[in-house]
Amino acid sequence: MTAATGIGARVKRKEDVRFLTGTGRYVDDLPLARATYAYFLRSPHAHAGIKGIDLSAAEKMPGVVAIFTGKDLAESKVGSLICGWVVKDKHGQPHKAPPHPVLAVDTVRYVGDPVAMVVANSHDEAKDAAEQIKVDYDVRPASVDLAKAFDKGTPQVHAEAPGNLIYDWELGVKADVDAAFAKAAHVTKIDIVNNRLIPNAMEPRAAAAEYDKGTGHYTLWSTSQNPHVLRLILSAFVLGIPEHKLRVIAPDVGGGFGSKIFCYNEETAVCWASSRVGRPIKWTAERAESFMTDAHGRDHVTHAELALDKDGKFLALKVDTIANMGAYLSTFSTAVPTYLYATLLAGQYTTPLIYANVRAAVTHTAPVDAYRGAGRPEATFVIESIVSQAAKDLNMDPAELRRKNFIPSTAFPYQTPVALQYDSGNYPPIIDEAMKIADYKGFEARRAEAKSRGKLRGIGFSSYIEACGLAPSQVIGQLGGGVGQWESAQLKFNPTGNVQVITGSHSHGQGHETTFAQIVSDKLGVPLENIEVVHGDTSTTTFGMGTYGSRSLAVGGSAIMKAADKIIAKGRKIAAHLMEASVDDVVFENGTFKVAGTDKNVPLAQAVFAAYVPHNYPLAEIEPGMDENAFYDPANFVYPAGTQICEVEIDPDTGETQIVNFTAVDDFGNIINPMIVEGQVHGGIVQGVGQALLENAVYDKETGQLLSGSYMDYTMPRADDVPSFKLGYKVTPCPHNPLGVKGCGEAGAIAAPAAVMNAVRDALAPIGVTQITMPATPLNVWQTIHGAARAAAE
Amino acid sequence: MTISVAMTVNGKPASGKVEARTLLVQFLREHLSMTGTHVGCDTSQCGACVVHVDGKSVKSCTMLAVQAEGAQVLTIEGLAASADKLHPMQEAFRDNHALQCGFCTPGMVMSAIDMVKRHNYQLDETTVRHELEGNLCRCTGYHNIVKAILAAAPAMKAAGV
Repeated sequence: MTAATGIGARVKRKEDVRFLTGTGRYVDDLPLARATYAYFLRSPHAHAGIKGIDLSAAEKMPGVVAIFTGKDLAESKVGSLICGWVVKDKHGQPHKAPPHPVLAVDTVRYVGDPVAMVVANSHDEAKDAAEQIKVDYDVRPASVDLAKAFDKGTPQVHAEAPGNLIYDWELGVKADVDAAFAKAAHVTKIDIVNNRLIPNAMEPRAAAAEYDKGTGHYTLWSTSQNPHVLRLILSAFVLGIPEHKLRVIAPDVGGGFGSKIFCYNEETAVCWASSRVGRPIKWTAERAESFMTDAHGRDHVTHAELALDKDGKFLALKVDTIANMGAYLSTFSTAVPTYLYATLLAGQYTTPLIYANVRAAVTHTAPVDAYRGAGRPEATFVIESIVSQAAKDLNMDPAELRRKNFIPSTAFPYQTPVALQYDSGNYPPIIDEAMKIADYKGFEARRAEAKSRGKLRGIGFSSYIEACGLAPSQVIGQLGGGVGQWESAQLKFNPTGNVQVITGSHSHGQGHETTFAQIVSDKLGVPLENIEVVHGDTSTTTFGMGTYGSRSLAVGGSAIMKAADKIIAKGRKIAAHLMEASVDDVVFENGTFKVAGTDKNVPLAQAVFAAYVPHNYPLAEIEPGMDENAFYDPANFVYPAGTQICEVEIDPDTGETQIVNFTAVDDFGNIINPMIVEGQVHGGIVQGVGQALLENAVYDKETGQLLSGSYMDYTMPRADDVPSFKLGYKVTPCPHNPLGVKGCGEAGAIAAPAAVMNAVRDALAPIGVTQITMPATPLNVWQTIHGAARAAAE
Repeated sequence: MTISVAMTVNGKPASGKVEARTLLVQFLREHLSMTGTHVGCDTSQCGACVVHVDGKSVKSCTMLAVQAEGAQVLTIEGLAASADKLHPMQEAFRDNHALQCGFCTPGMVMSAIDMVKRHNYQLDETTVRHELEGNLCRCTGYHNIVKAILAAAPAMKAAGV
């Protein structure tokens, strides 16, 4: 029954028709009677004192309902926005935690820092009024350049973080690593910058809030990836609204990529103000605001060294990283360059000794937090860049060097030297398959042919490991994480046999409404059209941890399986009663309870009906109803892995890089819907290609002005920047979750920057270029080529 | 000061009083409550707001509502005959998984239909990718959007739309 719709089927998405017919419901689409509109006046300076704010002219503007400043929120005891992960430094001290006011009070710390909120009868009126607010700024020098953040004399961002240092953190034993380096036959060194990115979900962030005076209830609609966590933060830390009086709804959300995980200033202010204004308040970011204030991603400066023996075996890895936090610590910012970065530095390799030192800096720039991959792309870029460089240094084939150092399939579970224990994997067949699809053997001929046309062709590998579905909760707690890492699921059957699957994870493009329905269809034999997946509303879901870190299927899907097991267990008792059989003799197959060896059977729908109309029912033994809840706390992370091979052609006259072939072979464990998984990989790769070739968040180093603040200045990947992709799969099921699944949402973005840049470096190597920074824009490539030529001439 | 504006949207008369600065997309979303057309940027580059005005694709964030006076406007809501009978382009997007979060989708579909017609139902991958210059998608990596448009072109021709 479920072959066409169950696990492994390319089921067309249930959510598509509404999106294709313009009937999706995003936050800005909400019709709210008597709505007002908020507009935020933002700092035009990277660093300034606020000497005074004159609202008198603005308050007289047409349509203005109210204007609020940081003083109003402070007087109303609104708390600081919080960072939810306490990272302890190398001396065991918790990270520095400067306050993060919802609206700036006496100091602004980045261009875009909100200073006042105008509420008016229309968006345009609010904006017009905001222009009339006069802020008396005392403009101060700014700290913008990450590499100089800790230098003496650099302007200080927060008094609470002397020297702009948030933490100086380490993982591994430095003395052991140094000793291994002393014995190395060869050491490869690299200096790399992981460029700063702006997430750019196509739907700008938005919030709407309504206060019910009669009940004291607040409703907040937000473009959130995790509405329960947002509610928890607002209730427990920032606004003090009791959790049961605050309902957070994240309806259709137009992409997140991490940027919508966090608790932001605007939704907080809008929610707070809704009870003061007495009318609903709507706010939607303009794209310029998204560029300025969505938490940015990446932004590392790293020096790394790899020690190898004479045969090319990795002996030790040493990594020194400065990570930019921006002006304030966003919700999970501290965890990204530590527990999501340094713990991944083993990659797919048996490197026995690893030492990482990470120093986090505050600067006068927008907050930086998790962005698709979050720490893992940065780790992969370090490892895969240095491994390819080592292959060049040793004149070895990059695939051969990787293979020589892969963790063997017999070594799992494999304890890495950087805390994680990989549960499963088999890396050599992945790279073999990728090389076959990419026709690696034919590459040198293609390079020669390109050369005859005056083009530089290169090929690059990236063999990544990802740890997704942060887990288990106890370990995350020991590491400083402030929340649990389980997921919830509820299977709520109706008397007529259809079922709501209520999940605590959130879909903002990932297709949960289809994938999760497939799981239930497969497990319980319910036709797909009778299954509805419900998510994104704190009033319909018990609790949920939301969607990030490729956790939804591995953790949320597992919770659904657990709830389904409870449905089957209860159904067996009901069916046993109806068939006058012993429970032990009842089996469940293809949606039907049967007594083994007889033709007696009770379809699940019949058991469900009996549960709601319990006229013939074992009421003394079990309760009526068919509604089961489950919470699943994973035993470990899941560890997808794969190899990408990118082939580029560079025009040395223009510096333009064209991707001519791109192959990705992944091991995501078991796959529920290959169509959806492929889509995730495509999208992830293009975000990685964007980082490598196009995207760059640039601040003026003196003034802190965001120079890449629009689609005219920040190069988003467009359709003609990328090719079609060749994908392949290998499967080693995850051994510790009931579906055997791993995550797939971030893999593409994690691996692609290194694959592309290794290809670019390979293409440029014959003309003497050894290093080039991301993004490899035509200008950057052209200048690098000509810089190398000049160096050669001198 | 408000100005009266009247046009035909998805075959039905639509009118209202707008400010001179009201954009066509604002008129559709805020005055007519037709929220299928989206706003993804403020520089006319993302293409989430594409509609057809008198048969041509237009970024509705780049046109004033009053400029559409008397025009025939087609939005994503007016494309499908019913939920069961999608336009071939909508069908192709669904068949090829050419959408994820759905936010860029209305503009993508409207641009794609215009593209197919302008190229007389004959397209190749390079042309499609070049023609998508004005539509940004952050989810799909474009791979499946390109596939969908290439699949829709002959389907549109066959359906006579």
